[in-house]
Amino acid sequence: MTMADDERTDPPAHEPEDVSVAPASDEAAIDAIGETAPDETASDEAANDETGSDELAHDEPASDERASDEPGPKQPRKPAPADAAVPKRLTGWSALVSALRPRATRAQVLAGVLCAALGFAVVVQVRQAGDTNLSGLRTDDLVRLLDETTTSADQLSREATSLQAERDQLQSGSSSRQAAIDAARRGAAMQGILSGRLPAEGPGVRISLQDPNGTIRPVTMLNMLEELRNAGAEAIQVGDQRVTASSAFTGASGAIQIDGVTLKPPYVWLVIGDPDTIQTALQIPGGALAYVRNDGGTGDVAKVQHVSISALRDLPDPKYATLAPAPPP
Amino acid sequence: MIAIFGLAIGVIVGLLVQPTVPVELQPYLPIAVVAALDALFGGLRALLDGIFNDRVFLTSFLSNVVVAAFIVFLGDQLGVGTQLSTAVVVVLGIRIFSNAASIRRHLFKA
Repeated sequence: MTMADDERTDPPAHEPEDVSVAPASDEAAIDAIGETAPDETASDEAANDETGSDELAHDEPASDERASDEPGPKQPRKPAPADAAVPKRLTGWSALVSALRPRATRAQVLAGVLCAALGFAVVVQVRQAGDTNLSGLRTDDLVRLLDETTTSADQLSREATSLQAERDQLQSGSSSRQAAIDAARRGAAMQGILSGRLPAEGPGVRISLQDPNGTIRPVTMLNMLEELRNAGAEAIQVGDQRVTASSAFTGASGAIQIDGVTLKPPYVWLVIGDPDTIQTALQIPGGALAYVRNDGGTGDVAKVQHVSISALRDLPDPKYATLAPAPPP
Repeated sequence: MIAIFGLAIGVIVGLLVQPTVPVELQPYLPIAVVAALDALFGGLRALLDGIFNDRVFLTSFLSNVVVAAFIVFLGDQLGVGTQLSTAVVVVLGIRIFSNAASIRRHLFKA
């Protein structure tokens, strides 16, 4: 910007500066050189130039003088660059306006052709730069690109490894959680069957006790129940009552109660368990059926392939007992 | 005016034709474009100075393009192509700026 200030403070030095600061303006420099050794073509062009400036003579009063310069239009430029040349030339807006007038001079056509080439090249290059084509790159760039790609690939693969580990961890966590849930579900089913909360089905026996005289005692029924438990019965129903660990036979002969509900003969037992074992166990001499017969009743045991026990028992939540903490391993 | 038309025609032709640059020329085209821009600004400045000369414009345009491409080519052969093309772009950029400053002073007197 110091250059600009210099120039502004010293307008007459404008022209020589163009020559001396030649590297800044190729055009001006070569032009100046061309003028030190003028030839025929140069003067020819000068004539062209002059016709151009003639057209502008109306707009620019300073060019009146110039129109009379025709024989040696470029001479004032060289010998007296400091003072005389500046007003004679078409400069600034006037030069621009004159250049904008479409004329079929050689300069205009040439500039048009070159500008067309430039526009074409710019568009081609912009399109080229748009799609990244590796084949157009230099070796250095390619090496750098390869390095960057390798580094980023390493980083990504590390990231993938860590993510995979995290995924495995989550998966094993969820699978162990699933196993715990399955175990809990199985446990709940088992507890539900044993405690009478859930219906049950499976192979077993159906025992029917006839009591025509109402002489079977509650203790006989209890004896039967214990015999069944010894034989491995898993779920038991008497009449429409589920028999659980807390069940009790009370009452008297002919009005036997289980858990406070009176049973009516014939007493029907539904038992899930190994049918053969249960049948054998009940019929051994001095066993449960023998007790029944002693009481004056009769009983028969039928093996059933599919016993369905649907009677349920509601269990109150324990009021005083709570779960003891698990013993330390 | 014809120059502006020429620029527009060149852009349109480039858009319509959609040529592919040969692989060997790909490193040089951007430098050549910058050099041509420099020549264009130089020509505009000379026009405003009143010393525009079509022969000089043509010569400087072509020589700028050729020399810039040649320097980059030379740099590629020497193994400093990237640095040298950067240098060329910097130099041409400085020239474009100084020419633009000169044009600005002519047009806006500031």
